[in-house]
Amino acid sequence: MTVMIVLLSVSLGVGIFFLLAYRWSVKNGQFEDDQAPAYRIFFDDKKQQPK
Amino acid sequence: MQPEKFFYDNRIVKQFGIATIIWGIVGMLVGVVIAFQLAYPALSFGIPYTTFGRLRPLHTNAVIFAFVGNAVFAGSYYIFQRVLKTRMFNDTLSKIHLWGWQLIIVVGAVSLLLGYTTGKEYAELEWPIDIMITIVWVVFGINMFGTILKRRERHLYVAIWFFIGTWVAVAMLHIVNSFELPVSLFKSYSLYAGVQDALVQWWYGHNAVAFFLTTPFLGLMYYFVPKAAERPVYSYRWSIIHFWALIFIYIWAGPHHLLYTALPEWAQALGTVFSIMLILPSWGGMLNGLFTIRGAWDKVKEDPVLKMFVVALTAYGMATFEGPMLSLKSVNAVSHYTDWTIAHVHVGALGFNGFMIFGMLYWLVPRMWNTTLFSRKLANQHFIIGTIGILVYAVPLYWAGFTQSLMWKKFTESGQLQYQFIETITSIVPMYILRAIGGTLYLGGALMAVYNLAKTMTKGSFVANEAAEAMPLKLQAMPAVKMHWHSVIERKPVRMLIFSLVAVAIGGAIELVPTFMIESNVPSIAAVKPYTPLELQGRDIYVREGCYTCHSQMIRPFRDEEARYGEYSKAGEFVYDHPFQWGSKRTGPDLHREGGKYPDSWHFRHMRDPQEMSPGSLMPTYNWLIENDIQVKSTPAKIRAMQTLGVPYPKGFDKIANDDLYRQADSIVASLQKDKIKVSRDKEIIAIIAYLQRLGTDIKKQQTTSDEVH
Repeated sequence: MTVMIVLLSVSLGVGIFFLLAYRWSVKNGQFEDDQAPAYRIFFDDKKQQPK
Repeated sequence: MQPEKFFYDNRIVKQFGIATIIWGIVGMLVGVVIAFQLAYPALSFGIPYTTFGRLRPLHTNAVIFAFVGNAVFAGSYYIFQRVLKTRMFNDTLSKIHLWGWQLIIVVGAVSLLLGYTTGKEYAELEWPIDIMITIVWVVFGINMFGTILKRRERHLYVAIWFFIGTWVAVAMLHIVNSFELPVSLFKSYSLYAGVQDALVQWWYGHNAVAFFLTTPFLGLMYYFVPKAAERPVYSYRWSIIHFWALIFIYIWAGPHHLLYTALPEWAQALGTVFSIMLILPSWGGMLNGLFTIRGAWDKVKEDPVLKMFVVALTAYGMATFEGPMLSLKSVNAVSHYTDWTIAHVHVGALGFNGFMIFGMLYWLVPRMWNTTLFSRKLANQHFIIGTIGILVYAVPLYWAGFTQSLMWKKFTESGQLQYQFIETITSIVPMYILRAIGGTLYLGGALMAVYNLAKTMTKGSFVANEAAEAMPLKLQAMPAVKMHWHSVIERKPVRMLIFSLVAVAIGGAIELVPTFMIESNVPSIAAVKPYTPLELQGRDIYVREGCYTCHSQMIRPFRDEEARYGEYSKAGEFVYDHPFQWGSKRTGPDLHREGGKYPDSWHFRHMRDPQEMSPGSLMPTYNWLIENDIQVKSTPAKIRAMQTLGVPYPKGFDKIANDDLYRQADSIVASLQKDKIKVSRDKEIIAIIAYLQRLGTDIKKQQTTSDEVH
């Protein structure tokens, strides 16, 4: 069942990739504000309002 | 600092959106056709291109990669630009992505109808198309990460994370599962064999559901649901937590598709444990969506978009509760190989994916065409007809699944199986008819959407480039705005490291996997021998006709299965199976011990007219196998390919393989002649009979020998 080694290492590799991505996002301050981003997606709405 | 002015590219969203609608109708139509074929096999019309075995892969691929895929691209291109406050990275890449994907769909559809298939579920497309998919996916990735790098909003909204997760995981899944050795332009053999192939395939299959049908849809959900409800997401913090939890848990759940099979126990247990853990992040997403809408119930009463989103999220919640339950071994023992699975996936596909897409289109089209929806009433009727369609589809199939499984497992008081296999099928045909009606209703709803959206488009005027403005990011914080993407990466050591690691990992995998796999394909049961050339040709016909869509080749260690089919399947019996053909559904009986059960003439007559040999059978005729010639020219190349994959044919066997093939064919012709059937030795029917008669017989031989000894 050598394929298990392949799958485990590939899955772990992706896991590590996401872990590093997570570390980057925390250090980058992505999650410091957990309120404003939810509101920000509404800011561009004025122009799009259909008449 | 002055705000920068720029334009959102709406044309690419429009084009992907229209592709979504067109392929959606095609995929659903094929689905309705095959649903009726299951009740009325005559609807296969007796020609290869319209039989269930070829149309079913077309249906699944069209719905997953064409309908859902295009919808994800439409939605994500719309979302990227708005939440990152920039136009897409490169318009040319967007166009290559769009047209490349449509080309893949067309070539893929034609090739499936012609019978070019790898025989691995949801990954049926042959190797040239696999390469096309990889290229287009990379184009999409460059466009996506390029857009992220040139963004004007520092924070990555949670939807973006879902698309990043989707891209990375799908790239990995597609590459690992597509390792195959080409034999000719449209034929390849999976690099993996038997139980290993099964594990890779279902690791892929499960994660395709996770990262192609789920994570991108949560991305769409986190943008379009708040937008439609006109209120921010219930808990942004929750969305972040459930994203990371989902990403880390999902990849490990794949083995739950192989419970009670020849896969090692510990791998099965691992799959179950992670599947149960998945319920938390899944429900986190569902509840976050529903709670967002909770404050807007008054709008839900009128707005078809919100109605669709509510049903979509509810369906998501039901499917992701059911999934972990189906991963429990005791539940899986009943559900596996039955229509329960089909009902389960359609709650997800019709309910969650389908209604998210229609809701999204009803919201997007009026905005991009600067108008209002042509008919809200019609959209509400679509919602009702679609919801009824889902119920009429799913409920009878759940019923069918339970019924069939309980009938399979029923013994009489004297310890005999109570029902013949055919009785377990004929008793659920009424449910199949209801299911087909449910699917038709759903398709009817989709056609109403086509009309409604087309009318909306003609009534409005399309805004191809939508003006927007945003403050640029401060230069020192975001050098990406001005610099070439690669120099940006180079300046960030951590990111550079990650990208190189990924590159090295992919490169290493491509080099190492083949060596690994070939060396490990050694037989563990001495009696198991490679297929003869004729059987190999027969096996390729079995794969071509999609027999695995209705027949399994994996007998689980249950009393009823052993009584019905024979000794349970062992891992060592599949070492020469490139690809594995375990299947996942028994519309027909398991075939793993089919060899020697019936005379050759039975198989001949059965292929010609299944109902003659087995009244009430749902199998279509395969009479073209009697007309078609075996492609003997391909035999040497196939033998050589198998040798490369580690199958121990003697050296130089490829040159004499066809002599061996004809010798075996002659003996089958002779046996058929005894039963007054005249057929020439080079017809495909001979090869498929040879293959079916070989199935599962190797270890029977071993037993006979050991019996003789004692």
